[in-house]
Amino acid sequence: MAEPLSPGLAPRRYTEPRWLRWLLICIALGFLTLVLALPLAAVFQEAFRQGWRVYLESFLDPSALAAIRLTLWVTAIAVPVNALFGIAAAWLMARFRFRGKTLLVALIDLPFSVSPIVAGLMLVLLFGSQSLLGNWLREANLQVLFAVPGIVLATLFVTFPFVARELIPLMQQQGTEEEEAALLLGANGWQMFWRITMPNIRWGLLYGVVLSAARAMGEFGAVSVVSGHIRGATNTIPLHVEILYNDYRFSSAFAVASLLTLLALLSLVLKAWLEWKITRDQDAHTRDALDGAATGTQP
Amino acid sequence: MRNVSYDPTRALFQELNALFARDWEAGGQRPLQIQQSHGGSGKQARAVLDGLDADVLSLALAYDIDAIAQRSALLPRDWQRRLPHNSCPYRSVIVFLVRKGNPRGIRDWADLARPGLSIVTPNPKTSGGARWNHLAAWGAAMHSTGSSRDARAFLEAFYGNVPVLDSGARGATTTFVQRRMGDVLVTWESEAHLALREFAQEELQVVTPSVTLLAEPPVALVDAVATRRGVREAADAYLRSLYQPEAQKLIARHGFRASVLAGQDPNPVAPSILLRVDEHFGGWQAAHAAHFAEGAIFDQIQSVAS
Amino acid sequence: MTRSNPSPASAPSPATTKRGFATQRRVLPGFALTLGYTLFCVSLVVLLPTVVLLWKTATYPIDALWSAVSSPRALASYRLTVGAALAAASVNAIMGSLVAWCLVRYSFPGKRLVDSLVDLPFALPTAISGIALTAVYAPTGWLGRYLEPLGVPVAFTPLGITLALLFVGLPFVVRAVQPAVSDLDPAMEEAAVILGASRAQTLFRVLLPQLLPAMFTGFTMAFARGLGEYGSVIFIAGNMPMKTEITSLLIITRLEQFDYAGATAIGAAMLLASLGLLLSMNALQWWWTARGGRV
Repeated sequence: MAEPLSPGLAPRRYTEPRWLRWLLICIALGFLTLVLALPLAAVFQEAFRQGWRVYLESFLDPSALAAIRLTLWVTAIAVPVNALFGIAAAWLMARFRFRGKTLLVALIDLPFSVSPIVAGLMLVLLFGSQSLLGNWLREANLQVLFAVPGIVLATLFVTFPFVARELIPLMQQQGTEEEEAALLLGANGWQMFWRITMPNIRWGLLYGVVLSAARAMGEFGAVSVVSGHIRGATNTIPLHVEILYNDYRFSSAFAVASLLTLLALLSLVLKAWLEWKITRDQDAHTRDALDGAATGTQP
Repeated sequence: MRNVSYDPTRALFQELNALFARDWEAGGQRPLQIQQSHGGSGKQARAVLDGLDADVLSLALAYDIDAIAQRSALLPRDWQRRLPHNSCPYRSVIVFLVRKGNPRGIRDWADLARPGLSIVTPNPKTSGGARWNHLAAWGAAMHSTGSSRDARAFLEAFYGNVPVLDSGARGATTTFVQRRMGDVLVTWESEAHLALREFAQEELQVVTPSVTLLAEPPVALVDAVATRRGVREAADAYLRSLYQPEAQKLIARHGFRASVLAGQDPNPVAPSILLRVDEHFGGWQAAHAAHFAEGAIFDQIQSVAS
Repeated sequence: MTRSNPSPASAPSPATTKRGFATQRRVLPGFALTLGYTLFCVSLVVLLPTVVLLWKTATYPIDALWSAVSSPRALASYRLTVGAALAAASVNAIMGSLVAWCLVRYSFPGKRLVDSLVDLPFALPTAISGIALTAVYAPTGWLGRYLEPLGVPVAFTPLGITLALLFVGLPFVVRAVQPAVSDLDPAMEEAAVILGASRAQTLFRVLLPQLLPAMFTGFTMAFARGLGEYGSVIFIAGNMPMKTEITSLLIITRLEQFDYAGATAIGAAMLLASLGLLLSMNALQWWWTARGGRV
């Protein structure tokens, strides 16, 4: 995420000859076009194949609206929960050393690499009506699987590491001087957190939130296992896309998909802006540190 | 009330539900909202086993409902005898969809074993529809050769011609029609006619083989769930209404073969011989054990093919 | 996910190196609170489901588990999944580093746009990536129709699976290598030039070794992600048993057959593989840092 602090860091005579530079740029861009840009363009081309009317009508369908509502709800629940967790975990990981830390980090990272199908399977084993807990829930008349709670849990699982992963390196980079100074000056823990830590990490936090929201809205595999696909009740946007696709309504499928794609692009724009903010804050931070002739532990 | 169904019945039940809800209310009952859930047949059955509340099931295979009855106390094991026609209000047959003009000259099952031909059919392990396809191919080969060794050789050649096994029937149709993969799609008659309607009719045509299998997708009341949710009476009436003339007409209009109403079949070309799983394969339990269980015929053929 | 410092577990924070463990713990508050809360969340969201999966696995007879995990079809799916993930992660390690290099060192029109676009696979739902890639690379797709006659079918082959994994893994490499490139010490390059090294020598003997740890981090993350990917692969894979069936699909297949033992066994195997990979990556990075290499 770090842009170079000053672009053009390397003096000109230490760089590659002009032709090689452009050749490398062309190879890189060509690769990005094949892998990223073409599929992106394909989504919109397919979405508009039958024109604006079909495109707009795809969203007015009641089951599409229900899917959009459900997805927004699930995201609104999952993201704050994970943000809170991310802050706590980052504080723990960046500020303290303790036994078993490596294992804990690996566990936090696990949802990244575990197949969403396995994630869904785990929830089914835990809450399914063939399990102990599932029986108990049934008697208490609580529906977890094939209802909103199950979808929220699946989403929580797959987006679990996002905020923590964003904040840990940021907090480590910032060091502990300011926080220790605040404490020495008599602040209590919460004052220190709200006045020093929070302002320092806010953009990173927001960035983590944006990424996890994008992932939460788009999760397919894990949610598909626990959703039950009840039309108008437990279909999220990606599941609705799959249904449209299976119904041969390709333009509508891609139209609804393009909504998610637009949200993804929006989150990228937000992210670029946040990065700019972070770099700016960091520059200011570094400058302050130098001006204040601090101990100089900042890189 | 909630009907947990499989993929190809989505449009059909949309209309059947509206019809029933109207009649139900006209009969002086409280208005009824019918929720639909659609997905692969096996996937839906597993969801019901894991706790998805279904008052009514309408799946692709009796095997999937059997699995629920065996593994839970949700419905009795003899569920299939509770409604007429083996609990199948609508049926279909296995046919071929080919490119217009039938450029590869595909007339019958034997043609599908020709080297160089490309067949699209879904994966029998994940798609209920594909299991009907597989059994149809086996049954036709058994019918013409009479030996299971020859039938196995035929299926080896058949699957040797399959480049893609989509996970569901709809995916296979998309691969064949939209992606233009393959020379022939093996599918249900109802699905073939839907593809003709949805896609360019002038590009495709249906071929009915001389021997084929009658696909019988069953429906069932899930007693435990419907009773607990207080919709048992409605669910029972709903399932029985599927055999009424008006519903049967709708069924025929959606390209299925109506079980009660004869002469409404959408496809004038009837296969000369119609095989049935109960008669020719000893029912779904036996068919599954012989063909689709772990290490059974389908697996053996796949390991030969690789 | 940006990982400018991918090994929080091991990289000693500045304060710790200076003052040591005990004092620091007294100075900063919240250890018990955050440890408790983190453990609570991790236990509930990650650990509990994981333990249930492993416990459930343990209730099945060992030979049933073994035959599920070691059946020829399962072995073929591991080969494919691991092979495609390795291939994609390797290509990404090279191409992604090149992209990172271009983004940091060169300036060209549209650079900011390209830089943002790199994160697209993080934000785009995987199922949509899947149908979009299929639309481009299927035999009737934009590129597929030209590749097919050349004898390079992409969709419905292992190549298509690799392509999908290239898509999902790319940002991991780019975002891991980018900060490493911009942190390169210009003095090293200057010294190399002064000592008479050619540009190529500088590149391969001075710069590349410094970038390797970051490339490796990106490679491992992309690889780990590739092992578990489902949504984007399923549309473009041919799903042929023994040939183009990935392990995640095999789990689904088992489930659809009501074979909970088989599904659980393969799921547990995948889970343990992911966990082992993440743990060994952390350990490796710790070792690298301890040697004084920059990560």
